[in-house]
Amino acid sequence: MGDSLSHLPQQLANGLTLGAVYALIALGYSLVYGVLRLLNFAHGEVYMVGAFIGYGVLSLLDPALAAGLPGWLGLTAMLLAAMLGCGLLGALIERLVYRPLRHTHRLAPLLGALGIAFVLQHGVLLLASARHRAIHAELILPAALGFELGSVRLSAARLLVIGIALLLLAALSLLVYRTRMGRALRAIGADPEAAAMLGVPVERVVSQTFVLGSALAGAAGVLVGLVFTKVWHLMGVAAGLKGFTAAVLGGIGSLPGALLGGLLLGIAESVSTGVISPTYSDLIVFGVLIVALLVRPSGLFGKRAQPKV
Amino acid sequence: MHAPLLQLQHINAHYGPIHVLKDLSLEVGAGEIVCLLGGNACGKSTTLKTILGLVTPSSGTIVFAGEPITGWSSSERIRRGIAVVPENRRLFGPLTVHENLLMGAYLRHDRRAIDEDLARIYARFPRLSERAGQPAQTLSGGEQQMLAVGRALMSRPKLLLLDEPSMGLAPQLVEQSFALLQMLSRQGVAVLVVEQNARVALQIAQRGYVLQTGRVVLEGAAAGLVANDQLRRAYLSRGSVIRFSPLGHGRAWRGHGRQSGERR
Repeated sequence: MGDSLSHLPQQLANGLTLGAVYALIALGYSLVYGVLRLLNFAHGEVYMVGAFIGYGVLSLLDPALAAGLPGWLGLTAMLLAAMLGCGLLGALIERLVYRPLRHTHRLAPLLGALGIAFVLQHGVLLLASARHRAIHAELILPAALGFELGSVRLSAARLLVIGIALLLLAALSLLVYRTRMGRALRAIGADPEAAAMLGVPVERVVSQTFVLGSALAGAAGVLVGLVFTKVWHLMGVAAGLKGFTAAVLGGIGSLPGALLGGLLLGIAESVSTGVISPTYSDLIVFGVLIVALLVRPSGLFGKRAQPKV
Repeated sequence: MHAPLLQLQHINAHYGPIHVLKDLSLEVGAGEIVCLLGGNACGKSTTLKTILGLVTPSSGTIVFAGEPITGWSSSERIRRGIAVVPENRRLFGPLTVHENLLMGAYLRHDRRAIDEDLARIYARFPRLSERAGQPAQTLSGGEQQMLAVGRALMSRPKLLLLDEPSMGLAPQLVEQSFALLQMLSRQGVAVLVVEQNARVALQIAQRGYVLQTGRVVLEGAAAGLVANDQLRRAYLSRGSVIRFSPLGHGRAWRGHGRQSGERR
């Protein structure tokens, strides 16, 4: 035990990376929930598709990178392609599945989401087979690159993941809290009918919300590929569940909550893996969630009760 | 007399099998205050939604400022100068006072003029200015009323629609907000106000219409309506009032059913 405790700082650092990724996924859940009160359980699959788009772009660029194309250009291409592709995918899912189901039964969109999740998993299975695909992250970033801080080693890939995640989070909060579109998005979350009465094109803003959340999931998929260097068609299941957990832990619908929830979950997972046991890490993580929800049922940043206006 | 600002001509509207508005015709002149009276589920709110383009009439025409707007979208109508203060005010609770006002100007892009209008509204309602950065849900009932009217004014309307503005307000505040409507009308904004509180509405309105199950049963100058015996029967005929706010997350089923025919 004493020996594993010495890994604590390293595990904290690793947890930060994992947490940044969970936060990106959690934000997508929270954005959509905040606007539509809908749990988009296909979100983890969108993230998986993002990882595969990143993998595809990297494979395409492989020769160019070998011939001297700078790594950051490759990474930018991966991120842009994944964010664009996933953004479109999110808008498509909303248009084809959620919108027609929105005013039907309460559970219909939820079942629709599960259906979409299977369609995406098996679609990717069909296209890419069940093999784990290796991401050659060293094409983008030399594996040896990194920082040493005492006993803690942070690879460049991990630092990059944290940096990009923070950048995206900052961009998102600017968008949501400082722009006309963000204002409309929050207004719809508060009262869609009143927003329509002011001329807000509700359907279009909902669509944009899905694009945003899904693009973040796509970015998360690429970043995870860089750190864990493999992708496969079921990688979205656990990640989606954990992103959702992070969103609930932070208070679903709250963007700062999603960020904090993601970081806490990532660190809890990493520390319990490294310090206690990898076998029990999920048990510990979800145990923490249950206790946290018992103490604060609406999450860290959640409102205790929805105030009525 | 010149043509009225708003004309509804022989409007029929249905919610599924329910015939909500029956051959409804009404007019509002520029700068005029008109009230629409009636009991529960008589089609008052539907009339407003039809004017705003949120309910599509099955027949009839709507003319606004000389143009037939029957097929227009809500946003086109708002751009042309129609704004609403909805029932229960329907502010965006988590958004700040300032953001709520900006939402009222959602369809406008003339930033400088928007800033001027903001300044004007803050000057008119100093309380809103003091609370500009506060979430709207922290305001008192009277302040919320000011904000709801201010938000509607941010689109620079020629016609302001109000759905039950007196509801939930103390008598003193009702008087204040009706005085505000009078002031707006003197500045040239036409007002169509839906009310169950006929007594107060008729004090400020020039003309009124009384609806009963979707049909205009009585119309005329406010002074004449006040004295009308039939009016008392019309608007008191429905007994006690149970309300619920339509749509809105999870709130829809409070006060089960009574009014659902009107809303769906």
